[in-house]
Amino acid sequence: MIGTTLQRIITSGAKNFTRAGAVSFATVLIMTVTLLIVGFLIFLSALLTHTLGLVQDKVDVNAYFVVDASEQSVLSIKKDLEGLPEVESVIYKSRDQALVEFKERHANDQLTLQALEELGENPLGASLAIKAKDPSQYEGIVNYLSGDAMAAISGDIIDRINYYQNKTVIDRLTGAIDTMEKAGLLVVILFAAASVIIALATIRLAIYTARDEISVMRLVGASNMYIRGPFIVAGIMSGMVAAVIALIIFYPATWYAGAALSSWLGGFNLFSYYLSNFALVFGILMGSGILIGALASWLAVRRYLRV
Amino acid sequence: MIYFDRVTKIHRDGTPALDGVTLKVEPKEFVSIVGHSGAGKSTLLRMLMAEDRPTEGTVFFEDIDVHAVPRSSLHHYRRKIGMVFQDYRLIPHKTAYENIAFAMEAAGRHQDEIDSDVPHVLALVDLADKAWHFPHQLSGGEQQRVAIGRAIINQPEVIVADEPTGNLDPVNTYEIMDILKKINELVGTTVLITTHNKGVVDSLGKRVVTMERGRIIRDDAQGQYVL
Repeated sequence: MIGTTLQRIITSGAKNFTRAGAVSFATVLIMTVTLLIVGFLIFLSALLTHTLGLVQDKVDVNAYFVVDASEQSVLSIKKDLEGLPEVESVIYKSRDQALVEFKERHANDQLTLQALEELGENPLGASLAIKAKDPSQYEGIVNYLSGDAMAAISGDIIDRINYYQNKTVIDRLTGAIDTMEKAGLLVVILFAAASVIIALATIRLAIYTARDEISVMRLVGASNMYIRGPFIVAGIMSGMVAAVIALIIFYPATWYAGAALSSWLGGFNLFSYYLSNFALVFGILMGSGILIGALASWLAVRRYLRV
Repeated sequence: MIYFDRVTKIHRDGTPALDGVTLKVEPKEFVSIVGHSGAGKSTLLRMLMAEDRPTEGTVFFEDIDVHAVPRSSLHHYRRKIGMVFQDYRLIPHKTAYENIAFAMEAAGRHQDEIDSDVPHVLALVDLADKAWHFPHQLSGGEQQRVAIGRAIINQPEVIVADEPTGNLDPVNTYEIMDILKKINELVGTTVLITTHNKGVVDSLGKRVVTMERGRIIRDDAQGQYVL
């Protein structure tokens, strides 16, 4: 009995969907636009994450050691740092390396090179470039480096740490990243809400044309669930068709945008992101399509079931 | 048995539509309710269908107090009554066959029953050859015959028809009334119609209830249309 009813509801919903023609088409179109916006937001948030990663990657803290610090003690500090959970990586630069880089950097500056030559020995100390997993963790790392515990182990071999010069930049960046993430989330919620409301209004309009029909069904002796079921099925079908269309549109769209904008977006390729995260995008679009379609139909029919 | 017990309906703006109507309809009766527009005929039927609530009084269908039925189980009650409207009210995107089958599906009837009963009823209303036409492909008379098919498919105890011939020409009017009469005489279904077609009422030779300004002013066992 329940099986037959369910089957009838689904068949009837499918028939309503195909026979309603223009109305179904309009609903699918609006839902497609809605889902395109949802998809666009997925890509935007991926891009944002990628860009933030790039920016964060460029931030680091350098600890410069005194000239007579032994390589061994520097390396042991490196090892200590790598043991900290908030440290992402530590790169060691030896005195010789620093000198080579310095010379390269001043290759056109004869005066500096001459001065260096006259000095006779390498005036540059070794250094460690430290990268934290999160920009807000630099302070802790620096405190650790300049703290007493560290001084006791390694002696006074750290010459200076460029964190304090960079502090304002890092603070500002941390703040900016934080704001961007919050603003991004807000934009996502705002757009999603707006598109859901538009889809709701469209489905409500589509069902408005069927209001007489709904009252007839009531008078003929159909239960509320039996009347509502097919509309919900039709709504879900609109959502599914819209999701498929949106997924198909994204294929050439991301391919084109990926090729054209990749260098612009710091190496972020939309097309390869789409392909590698297809299951995720598919799931989100299909899921929101079904959810919006079902919810909108449910709410829209409710108004006309009062007979 | 249908029993209207001192039913009064006063619209929100204060105008009375029904004024203390008491009416008893026995099983297997064929009752025509006549009167001018606004006399309260349709309102009376709406009370029976529980489309509207009376301000005072009660409506009984057998032992059911119609307006005490909760909205969630109203559909069970309505399946006991077949409803026919002046404007047919078919579902526009369903074929004649599907419109009739819908009433059975909604009642949760078995597919085998639907497959055997619907063609039978379509033949009864003389539409076997137009089973797969949509309402807009049918004439007014044909649409009304589909509506009657839908009303009788669940073998209701009562058929309620509100101005069933109001939109039809004389030939179609005759056909529709003929079908309703047959159902009443052959199957024994109680029929309750409203009309202002004098010809229809006079040719029937059945009980006529005359209404005016929300009251019953005449009730004749073998009545004529006198207004």
